[in-house]
Amino acid sequence: MLPKHLRRLEAESIEIMREVVAEFKRPVMLYSIGKDSSVLLHIAMKAFYPAKLPFPLLHVDTTWKFREMIRFRDATAKRLGLDLIVHVNKEGIARGINPIDSGSELHTQVMKTDALKQALDLHGFDAAFGGARRDEEKSRAKERILSFRAAGHVWDPRNQRPELWNLFNTRIRPGETMRVFAMSNWTELDVWEYIMLKKIPVVPLYFAKQRPIVRRNGATIMIDDKRLPLNRDERPEMRMIRFRTLGCYPLSGAIESDATTIEDVITEMKTATVSERQGRLIDTDEAASMEKKKREGYF
Amino acid sequence: MTSKATSGPLGTGTKDQLRFITCGSVDDGKSTLIGRLLHDSKMVYQDQLTAVKRDSVRHGCAGSDIDFALLVDGLEAEREQGITIDVAYRFFTTPRRSLMVADTPGHEQYTRNMATGASNAQLAIILIDARKGVLVQTRRHSFICSLLGIRHVVLAVNKIDLVAYDKVRFDRIVASYLAFAAGLGFTSIVPIPISARYGDNVVDRSAHTKWYHGPSLMEHLESIDIQSDTVNQAFRFPVQWVNRPNPDFRGYAGSVASGRISAGDEIVVAASGRTTRIKQIVTQDGDLVGAEAGDAVTITLEDEIDIGRGDLLSLPTERPNIADQFAAHLIWMDNEPLAPGRNYILRIGSQTVAGSITAIRHRIDVNTCEQLAARTLSLNEIAFCNVATALPVVFDAYDVNRKTGSFIVIDRYTNRTVGAGMIAFPLRRAANVTWQAFSVGRSERAALKNQKPCVVWFTGLSGAGKSTIANIVDQKLFAMSRHAMLLDGDNLRNGLNADLGFSEAERAENIRRVGHVAKLMADSGLIVICSFISPYRSERDMVRSLIGNEEFIEVFVDTPIEECARRDPKGLYSKVKSGQIKNFTGIDTSYEAPIRPEIHLRTMEQAPEQAAEAVVDVLVARALLGR
Repeated sequence: MLPKHLRRLEAESIEIMREVVAEFKRPVMLYSIGKDSSVLLHIAMKAFYPAKLPFPLLHVDTTWKFREMIRFRDATAKRLGLDLIVHVNKEGIARGINPIDSGSELHTQVMKTDALKQALDLHGFDAAFGGARRDEEKSRAKERILSFRAAGHVWDPRNQRPELWNLFNTRIRPGETMRVFAMSNWTELDVWEYIMLKKIPVVPLYFAKQRPIVRRNGATIMIDDKRLPLNRDERPEMRMIRFRTLGCYPLSGAIESDATTIEDVITEMKTATVSERQGRLIDTDEAASMEKKKREGYF
Repeated sequence: MTSKATSGPLGTGTKDQLRFITCGSVDDGKSTLIGRLLHDSKMVYQDQLTAVKRDSVRHGCAGSDIDFALLVDGLEAEREQGITIDVAYRFFTTPRRSLMVADTPGHEQYTRNMATGASNAQLAIILIDARKGVLVQTRRHSFICSLLGIRHVVLAVNKIDLVAYDKVRFDRIVASYLAFAAGLGFTSIVPIPISARYGDNVVDRSAHTKWYHGPSLMEHLESIDIQSDTVNQAFRFPVQWVNRPNPDFRGYAGSVASGRISAGDEIVVAASGRTTRIKQIVTQDGDLVGAEAGDAVTITLEDEIDIGRGDLLSLPTERPNIADQFAAHLIWMDNEPLAPGRNYILRIGSQTVAGSITAIRHRIDVNTCEQLAARTLSLNEIAFCNVATALPVVFDAYDVNRKTGSFIVIDRYTNRTVGAGMIAFPLRRAANVTWQAFSVGRSERAALKNQKPCVVWFTGLSGAGKSTIANIVDQKLFAMSRHAMLLDGDNLRNGLNADLGFSEAERAENIRRVGHVAKLMADSGLIVICSFISPYRSERDMVRSLIGNEEFIEVFVDTPIEECARRDPKGLYSKVKSGQIKNFTGIDTSYEAPIRPEIHLRTMEQAPEQAAEAVVDVLVARALLGR
């Protein structure tokens, strides 16, 4: 039996997902392979049981994700019989955009934000579920559960609809879309407790293991494949590391840890002194960077 | 803000959640209090604190100290302006409770945000500046909390350090608040002297207030008994989505809004009155014996009866209200004012229905709770209204059930959420006045006249030539021995609509009445020619939906405003120019041209005679004139 607060969060998320499926023509679930996506997917399966998921999953692949993430993604899709769409911004690839030479900001803009917009337009999705939480970051704290995007996927924080009770305004015009944050009110701890209690599979990178790394600008970067160029003074070493958030491997900072189980991870989190997003190099590009990225259409 | 766990056992079934709201005026220190709560309950990570220290130098207002407000003011715009512009949600975790706070701004123009935050809150922290005491804003915030159904209040008397931790002052503020709040229906009011900036009585009890023996704010939030009595109320299950994966399974997915249900119980579908029994309560984790308020489940029924999204299941012994008119409190949330009589979209539970505000009984001054007369509502104003819906809706009083007694109002053209309502009671008038079905119907009457009835609706600016053309059409029809009737704006305003002025709301009411008169005339078999400026698309569409698309012919008399002003047949444009007339269409109120009128007349290119001929041609082509 789940604790009351998790039961409430789970039921709330289910209600939001059903509402969107009932009201929109073509919803999709953004699947990032991370722990939040794993929980969101688990809840979606519950919400529509015994029917199959009434929408496809979309993974925006920057081609720089950890190899273990891609393996996990494909295994999950197979295990659950999911309709998975993988989208890559081919134009970005053709222009040679990558996180190392182009810089994290341009890479994120082209390979994540633009790619997402491309995929949404291509398939004509009018609502996209995401696993973002309000506790992640300051500008997320004001995000609506149904976040309205004008044509061109523009997010205007001053032009969001008031959300009262559980009554959502789902009306949009052609070209307009809705981002749906069904886990808005979950916290990082809630997510981990839920994963533990429900025994939800997650990418093994969340658990500590000896992995090859280099230290770079104060961050610990895992050498996931041969594409990561090493400076002359950089010596790869094996360390016991894990990740609190996952993304493009050259942009994801690892933490040194001995937490090899979910129980360990939760214990570690309770004594942690830095936030989960600290490992995300893309957030520190500039002040209020998340707000800026969101205005441009980032999830 | 990332929540950081303190300690506590995992997976225990007793940890619950409290959702609360903070309200205060601009400088009462709300953001500082929340920042302090996060910081002192060790919810702030080192990297976040470092960022705040850096920002304190750039934007902060606390001198060399850390400005805790910067922990929570998220958007760039508000940090620069030093105000909070939207509702932000923060999270705390303690071993006993998971806490979620809606941080809402206090300025007058953001009342709608406060209502938003309060709509899902069980408790409110009302902040008072110890130096200022109970202010107008305090009353406003308390009234809104009460209206939105919050029953537990913490009176946080902040900045107690700035009045030298003075007990007498504290007691005086508390007494004056209790006197004012007596009529607001709160079941608990707990006053606490605090200093958000220095942390007195926020998480730990303060050594500076030895005279205070109550709990710290955090202790109170952790321990207050929020009786969740929704489980003991009448069973309500709004059907959200019909789950039909294969011909053998038909389930109704939804969340139990209140009460409880067990497999085998008899239920009734509120709108149709059909009854059946619960067969199974299905979840992915297995079938349940019962479900209660808050549970998201899928229900199957013994009998195949017609149920869809928007239906509400209840017990036959505890049925909800069904009516197409009700009285409700309404909070207006849009820059464009409420137009009574205008056709809006209402969301009530999982029901979506067309509806309008038919009357404003009174507006409520949120500062004084006074009842005032009003013909419209502006942003952040609150009123007690009569609401009519196109179809009967199912609901409870908001006082009894927040989930089945609340609704939102959506503008059908901008799609914005323009209002939020709390239903008080059904208007029985709706139940007692039914449409009389007479033996002689409209088709019989029309056949006698050898014509098909219709409504020909001329719209356009004042002076565009509507009445001139309409008059010629009328003459032509008369010459053809057809039975027509011409309704003209000026003529109706001299009699039936003599009580109406020219505000947006009154214009809407004018057209509503004309629409109904035209409908009665069409029902009697007449061809009804209407000539009205009718500037708003939504009102014309309302008449169209009343008459029916087949029989409504919209004629746009298209004349540029310069030409109308030049013609000025009634001398009105010169009066506008000299300032004698206000609210004049095309000058200081807008005219929304039809998008796809059945007939588009351009008077710069067509003489009135030709234009009238064109209208009659269309009527003949549509075979509306019979043989």
